[in-house]
Amino acid sequence: MTIEVIRPGLLTSVQDLGRFGMQHFGVPVSGAMDGYALRVANRLAGNEYNAAALEVTLAGPVLEFLDDTLVALTGGDLEAAIDGKPLPMHRPVWVARGRRLSFGRCITGCRAYLAFGGGIDVAPVLGSRSTYVRAALGGLNGRALVAGDRIIVAGNTQAGSARASCSKLRDLPAFSRDGFAAPRWSVQVRTERLLLRPQRIRFVAGRHWEYLKAGVRAAFTSENFQVSASSDRMGYRLEGVRLESGERGEIHSEAVAFGTVQLPPDGNPIVLMADRQTIGGYPRLGEVASVDLPLLAQLKPGDALRFELIDLADAQELAHAQAVALEQIAASIEAGMSE
Amino acid sequence: MAVSSKGDLSFLPLGDRALLLEAGNTADPETVSRVRALADYLAQLHLPGVLDLVPALCTIGIHYDPEQWRDGSAARSPYELLVERIRTALPDPATLVSSEGHAREIPVCYEADCAADLPALARKLGLSRSQVIDIHSAVEYSVYMIGFAPGFAYLGPLDARLVLPRRKTPRTRVPAGSVAIANQYSGIYPGELPGGWHLIGRTPLRLFDPSRTQPSLLKAGDRVRFSPIDAAKFRRLQSEAQ
Repeated sequence: MTIEVIRPGLLTSVQDLGRFGMQHFGVPVSGAMDGYALRVANRLAGNEYNAAALEVTLAGPVLEFLDDTLVALTGGDLEAAIDGKPLPMHRPVWVARGRRLSFGRCITGCRAYLAFGGGIDVAPVLGSRSTYVRAALGGLNGRALVAGDRIIVAGNTQAGSARASCSKLRDLPAFSRDGFAAPRWSVQVRTERLLLRPQRIRFVAGRHWEYLKAGVRAAFTSENFQVSASSDRMGYRLEGVRLESGERGEIHSEAVAFGTVQLPPDGNPIVLMADRQTIGGYPRLGEVASVDLPLLAQLKPGDALRFELIDLADAQELAHAQAVALEQIAASIEAGMSE
Repeated sequence: MAVSSKGDLSFLPLGDRALLLEAGNTADPETVSRVRALADYLAQLHLPGVLDLVPALCTIGIHYDPEQWRDGSAARSPYELLVERIRTALPDPATLVSSEGHAREIPVCYEADCAADLPALARKLGLSRSQVIDIHSAVEYSVYMIGFAPGFAYLGPLDARLVLPRRKTPRTRVPAGSVAIANQYSGIYPGELPGGWHLIGRTPLRLFDPSRTQPSLLKAGDRVRFSPIDAAKFRRLQSEAQ
């Protein structure tokens, strides 16, 4: 199955869950900014969590389906529509050949995930299909989509069963009338949590946290910060009260993680995101709890957030609860498909 | 913060999906080689759920999937369970030996077009250009770590006579293969990148190639020697490397 890119959108790229096992060669992990949304999209399309899908950012693309295709859209609500008719999110959707998918404004969040039944068929590079633009790795020729690109969807994978169980959707009158058909059920999403402002982002103290002045720690956990316009997939630059890192002596560069909050000399924290470098040399305030990374990834420039300190053990319990919830969603999708 | 140690080793969390194993707090060659030995040892343990081992100067970043480190009770966190597992598995750090690493010879053209900062740098250091080249190419370096960009190697120790802070204004584009120095390190830019190091030469070798099994030419622990070549040889080797 083939999808043609009519307009690429602001930044639309192929992403899976990331390129692990290569960080000791200096290769960033990359992968979806909102890994939770990608996992759900993939399950809805009958794929493994790690299948390659499109990450759509802020202003989405226009795509034309050259074949009947099973898709699923999750993440931020970017007003997706098939030839002008709103495309239902958080459920599998059969789209008829010849139809065009376009996007509008950001209603909630700023990143949507479009998975295709079977996953996007691009060759893995260093173990992953994720696009890392800075080093031109993975995805479609190592870059974001451009007009004229053709996205090939893998044919014969485990998604075959999902397609088979969903194929009756194609018999619905809607399929011929609207050009797409979807079940009534959908995965529940808590939109109000995405819209919370300032967004509440929990974090675990980093190795330099206790060396910072009490006033700096208090400011970081009580003031609002804004996502700056110069934020990207590599890092979110935050604006707000400037935080003084103070004299800490020499800091040796070392590993950083998705969500590490660095404090560069200008006093504006940077949260490292999917395309982060493998090591960093600035003082660290802490690491965002992984349970809240999907919420952070949906914040766009100008959005306000506030940090809340939690214990590591609590962060790991929250992450576990999220993993369990995801498994439950996956099971309910299976059930929905076999109906 | 929870810091536990074994001998000179300490563990500390790096968020809820990674931790740092610290082998010392000064970036001396001894610590760096201990880090490398530990990283080698950890790699061959193939611990479940460990996704990446990232050796740096004093620490190893251990990225893991906490779902793989649960014991069914909530009494101990995945972090605590993994730290305990590593602590029991590691021998006395004094008995660890790091692998030799590969010896690599890196041809470098130190001539004008390849060495944008060499004249100014030599002036600041009170040395002649050829003295800088001689000092830089006289010794064998150790690859301390790979980072900053895919395949970017931090090499040391740099001769004290060449130590200078980074440029005040970083370049937005440094040509691929640029050999540079800053602070106590020498480095090689694997691709065209922004950068603030002083450019003193350029190698025609491809430092990073995703189609190779080992995409980065250099690995932590490798030994590197720079051999000066002239501009004609640089161009010839460069066209061969394409």
